[in-house]
Amino acid sequence: MATTHTVKSFDDDLRQLRSYISQMGGLAEAQIMGAIEALASRNPEMAMRIVTGDRAIDHLEMEAERHIIQTIARRQPLADDLREVISALKIAALIERIGDYAKNIAKRATALAQVSPIQPVVIVPEMGKLVARMVKDVLDAYASRDAELARTVWSRDKHVDDFYASLFRALLTYMMENPQQITPSTHVLFIAKNLERIGDHATNIAEIVHFNVTGEYMEPDRPKGDETAFSVHGMESDED
Amino acid sequence: MYNPTEATMTVQDTGAIKMTARNVNVFYGDKHAIKDVSIDVRADEVTAFIGPSGCGKSTFLRCLNRMNDTVASARVTGEMRLDGQDIYDRQMDVVQLRARVGMVFQKPNPFPKSIYENIAYGPRIHGLARSRAELDEIVATSLKKAGLWDEVKDRLNDSGTALSGGQQQRLCIARAIAVNPEVILMDEPCSALDPIATAKIEELIEELRGRYAIVIVTHNMQQAARVSQKTAFFHLGDLVEYGPTSEIFTNPKKEKTKDYITGRYG
Repeated sequence: MATTHTVKSFDDDLRQLRSYISQMGGLAEAQIMGAIEALASRNPEMAMRIVTGDRAIDHLEMEAERHIIQTIARRQPLADDLREVISALKIAALIERIGDYAKNIAKRATALAQVSPIQPVVIVPEMGKLVARMVKDVLDAYASRDAELARTVWSRDKHVDDFYASLFRALLTYMMENPQQITPSTHVLFIAKNLERIGDHATNIAEIVHFNVTGEYMEPDRPKGDETAFSVHGMESDED
Repeated sequence: MYNPTEATMTVQDTGAIKMTARNVNVFYGDKHAIKDVSIDVRADEVTAFIGPSGCGKSTFLRCLNRMNDTVASARVTGEMRLDGQDIYDRQMDVVQLRARVGMVFQKPNPFPKSIYENIAYGPRIHGLARSRAELDEIVATSLKKAGLWDEVKDRLNDSGTALSGGQQQRLCIARAIAVNPEVILMDEPCSALDPIATAKIEELIEELRGRYAIVIVTHNMQQAARVSQKTAFFHLGDLVEYGPTSEIFTNPKKEKTKDYITGRYG
């Protein structure tokens, strides 16, 4: 991308496209951190601000998509330009989903603020920071066209999965011991699941960034840490 | 530069290779127009030559049926083979060669004769028809293959030059087909046509693919992307990159190719 196009306005179109993604990414990262903070500080007003804040991301996604369709129609991008435009379209959709997860976390934070705190929730902010950091780094990788940074983000998803697996177990145990806390525990479980999904989306963005920069697909054998989908209660000791 | 031993030697089915060029150089007087170009053209594919004006793509195309022989100052070195046979060999009958390797030009150039005569001329001089009925058959089949039959069947005696530009170009393609070529060279066949006539030619190229090896020179990158299976990018007489069209237009290996196809070329 060092050299410019003969048609200068094409460069403007591509810059605008990247700007949409950066804005969306910045908002999404702030939404995740905000939702986690609202949860940790048990602050329902803050949580509601996060819930309504998601609209800005949705709006930007629509704008970005419109812009991308226009760019394809008018410029017929090829080679790295084509990868650039298609990547932006896919990344915009993934960031929009990340925003939805942050919003859902905020909604559950509102519910949790109304009941007495449960112990396992203290692990969540750590996991949240890890995930928000992945989102930030993968968008930095996008902005600086850094395939290597994208790859490191991609490999970090295993830690998120490990976090989720241990939280899952902790919550199951907690619910068995405190059946009256099943409602808040379920909220926390879904929050952890949402964070885990955000990690997956950041991983997908990392793959797209890698493809955008290099033109090559990343090999698909990413280390997987989350085995909870296979787990059956009472059989934990049989695993590993 | 592009190295044929890397890319084309991996093609297992060498029987499908129709034409080969090895270390071809072309000089127009002192001007070195083509520099050490090696390339294989497959029988079952459309091969597109792209590159900025003056890059040598048309010059190289014209070497494939020795059209450059007609340019007094032109000198061609290196090796070019059609089905393994050296086309620059002294034994080679150039008239026969140009029947086997036909050509369609940028501006449609029908003979100032009837539509029928435009097609019949080649088969007649090459002795391909023993009777009027056979000649009629060749004319009809050629026009059908070129997708022109339905439009002209009731006016075969009208002048070829009275047709529209797109029809004239398809008439020229029919004329090339009439002498049973093995390869059809097309030098910017759509640059004088409107988008609808262009689409009809592209559709025709798709239909002819497989029956003839087709090599097309085009300035329209999207056209190269649409019609070809292999693309060769020429720049200042060098063959910069040659490979599957699907890769050249999504992930070109050379910076120069990328700059050209994305519109960043100086």
